[in-house]
Amino acid sequence: MKKFNYILLCVLLLVANGLTAQTPKGSVLIKNATVLTVTQGTLEETDVLVQDGLIKKIGKDLSAPKNVESIDATGKFLMPGIIDAHSHLALDVVNEATAPITAQVSMADVINPFDVGIYRALAGGTTIAHGLHGSANAIGGQSITMKYRYGTHDPEDIIMKEAPRTIKFALGENPTRVHGRGKNLQPRTRMGVEAVIRNGFAEAIQYKKQWETYNASKDKKNNTITPPEYNLKLETLADILDGEIIIHCHSYRADEIYMLINVCRDFGVDKLVFTHVNEGFKVAPELAKYTMGASVFSDWWAYKFEVYYSTAYNAAILMENDVITSINSDSGELIRHLYHEAAKTQRYGGLTDEQALSLITINPAKQLGIDDLVGSIEEGKQADLVIFDNHPLSVYAIPQMTFVDGVKYFDINDDEDDQRLKVSPTQMVEPVYLQAEDERCMHGVELFTEEAANFTHTH
Amino acid sequence: MRKINLIIYIVLLLLVPILSYGQIEGEVLKPEGGKFLLTGATVVTVTNGVLEATDVLISEGKIQQIGKNLSASEATVVDCNGHFIYPGMIDSGTRMGLVEVGSLAETQDYAEIGNVTPNMQALTAINPNSVVIPVTRVSGVTTTLSVPAGGLFPGTSALINLNGYTPDQMFAGFKGVPMNFPTLARRGRWDRRSDEDIEKDAKKAMKNIDELWEKASTYMKLEDAEAELTYYPEMEQLAKVVRGELALMVEVNKAEDIKNAIKWIKEKEVQKAILTGVSEGYRVAKEIAESGLPVITGPVLAIPSRDSDRYDAAYSNAGKMQKAGVKVALRTNEAENVRNLPFNAGFAAAYGLGKEEALKAVTIVPAEIFGVDDKLGSIEEGKNATLFIADGDPFETKTQIKHVFIDGYKIPMTSRHIRLYQEFLERNPGLEK
Repeated sequence: MKKFNYILLCVLLLVANGLTAQTPKGSVLIKNATVLTVTQGTLEETDVLVQDGLIKKIGKDLSAPKNVESIDATGKFLMPGIIDAHSHLALDVVNEATAPITAQVSMADVINPFDVGIYRALAGGTTIAHGLHGSANAIGGQSITMKYRYGTHDPEDIIMKEAPRTIKFALGENPTRVHGRGKNLQPRTRMGVEAVIRNGFAEAIQYKKQWETYNASKDKKNNTITPPEYNLKLETLADILDGEIIIHCHSYRADEIYMLINVCRDFGVDKLVFTHVNEGFKVAPELAKYTMGASVFSDWWAYKFEVYYSTAYNAAILMENDVITSINSDSGELIRHLYHEAAKTQRYGGLTDEQALSLITINPAKQLGIDDLVGSIEEGKQADLVIFDNHPLSVYAIPQMTFVDGVKYFDINDDEDDQRLKVSPTQMVEPVYLQAEDERCMHGVELFTEEAANFTHTH
Repeated sequence: MRKINLIIYIVLLLLVPILSYGQIEGEVLKPEGGKFLLTGATVVTVTNGVLEATDVLISEGKIQQIGKNLSASEATVVDCNGHFIYPGMIDSGTRMGLVEVGSLAETQDYAEIGNVTPNMQALTAINPNSVVIPVTRVSGVTTTLSVPAGGLFPGTSALINLNGYTPDQMFAGFKGVPMNFPTLARRGRWDRRSDEDIEKDAKKAMKNIDELWEKASTYMKLEDAEAELTYYPEMEQLAKVVRGELALMVEVNKAEDIKNAIKWIKEKEVQKAILTGVSEGYRVAKEIAESGLPVITGPVLAIPSRDSDRYDAAYSNAGKMQKAGVKVALRTNEAENVRNLPFNAGFAAAYGLGKEEALKAVTIVPAEIFGVDDKLGSIEEGKNATLFIADGDPFETKTQIKHVFIDGYKIPMTSRHIRLYQEFLERNPGLEK
């Protein structure tokens, strides 16, 4: 009995912990800024009041409640926290490259809250990033949407709990190189990539049916039915078919993009975002009609053959064709200046300020299924905010302060040199790196193919 | 009735230029030579201030005249009212023309086999028809240094203008021999050597370089004494460096390595030396300034080399060195995205270098470092007509580059990126055929 009490107490404590454990939420009044709301135009000389992590009020001459700090942002620009729909930052590993389908693994299990890259991203105004599995597999692992609450030692605090589940798919050169050419397994061609995905979905339907049959009969009297074997990979694929998971698919060429659109239409899947998608501009009408859009680079091209026929005007063409479009980093370097990457759509295609800003705020929020919570400055939304000294689309703009849930995580006036949270005992003599490793899509794959190890760019 | 016909004819005639504006079937746009009068521009000369409402006359590849209300018969007039003329931007370190598709070995021509191959000529391998070249030059970057990579002495770099059908037509008058200075840093996170091994490797490489230098000096002395020498192309090239005919471009990044490199350059009495890379230059800016050595640094848009560094270490590096008195030029170290040079300069400007110095760092300063400032780097009479016209500050992201001239040739403002935009902005057929 005593033992039982003890267990009960433990359970109660765990429940209590679960209910009370909360990420920090802040309150602040930002005064007199040029507010770039993204969804509701630009508001001059406007105040934004944040309370307990949420945007409480937007207006003129607001006064700070008791104990709430007031920040004078006269002459400065306030925009929503930047959202990166494609990153591998703060993840220990990214490629479970052992099979063409690895839907059973999850990036939520490998978050590294100590990555100083998080702080550097915050210093560039990025508050949310989608941490993706790598691109070695046709169907890769599940990804994770993170809020950059730097300073915590608990990976759980970095997760944006409200965000829906997402998963990585990959087409073209990477999965065919790793499996076809590296291991003599399907897929070796773009035909094989389609077959692997169709086979996976079909298997998941059968798996679902087995469980449905079992569940329908298990309570019947005198039944002899045995449950099917539990399979996390097929569970995950079934969840995709049920619309519970958003696909973010690494892709480059128009034909392969079109292929996956068709596969998903055949299986009734409509939660589909394409990422990289360098030739998306060639199938813009299809992307606009059948998908949740495209998340692209501003100007990366020619680093491999499948991006040789691309254009820096990709984002502009997609936007003008009503495709939900975002610009992502896929890099620990670019994630520090996505505001500049977005501005490149003004040079390459003449997008308006509002269009350009939507590429790194509300549009990636839509693609991650979190646009009701973040991605614009609106009352009731989460207070992820950045203050810039200049208009953020200017090359001379410097981020001044970055807030997540109303808590200030970066302040240029209070910026110590060394922002590491811990120093590894093996790094007491700190290494200096000649080449920063900033592209990670194929990270770790060199273990599987010697060829891949020689690649400099391997997105 | 006749009157109506006439009106229709006139209307049709007026429509002709509009109809033909979009696209002429089979039309090929070529660079165009000749005489050009650029009128009414704000001329940012870089060396002689900013001239308002000024004309620039281009003839025989040169800037013939700069002044007010110029007139010239037979010159094609380019209306630059409200626009700005800048000297072409120079990227002081790239792989331009040496690689077409990054991951494809068949298209990589920047790294030869061997550790000591200074005789490998970048100019030979530069592909004048690379798709990258038009993509780059429409951004106002007109001139790039193409640099081989690899071992201790990977080859000979070449300064090229981004117009021409043969490497010789492109050559802009400077060659330099890069040397990868032995380093105590890690080459990347994949570099898992122990600290001891790194030191050992660096020492070995240093000894190797010392011996090579000694050998090259001997080779030069024998050459000067007109001794009969066996064919030794590597030494022939290094002897040119020892003699000071060619500049030695010392690639060095870690603070400690920079100090060692400066010491080595002094010891060996290297005649013409340039420090390149220099990503930790800000830590030893005073020492670099005292050495008087010029610096080519970049990319500016880079992650700091140490985890403990401030987030903006790479952004602010150029500014800190310049303020300490170092002569600083910028590079992207890119191939397909050399067009980002103005944005690298913009970031350097914002983080301490300032707009004026940043502009110099991509125009007159590299021209001086490369010894071609009689031809490039500023808008002055007699210099090459290598310049561009923009509707604003060329570092500002949204600015549009309107025209580019290279050696007096008016460059067609198109590239594959632009042609794809033109074709696919409104695809036909769209969703339904």
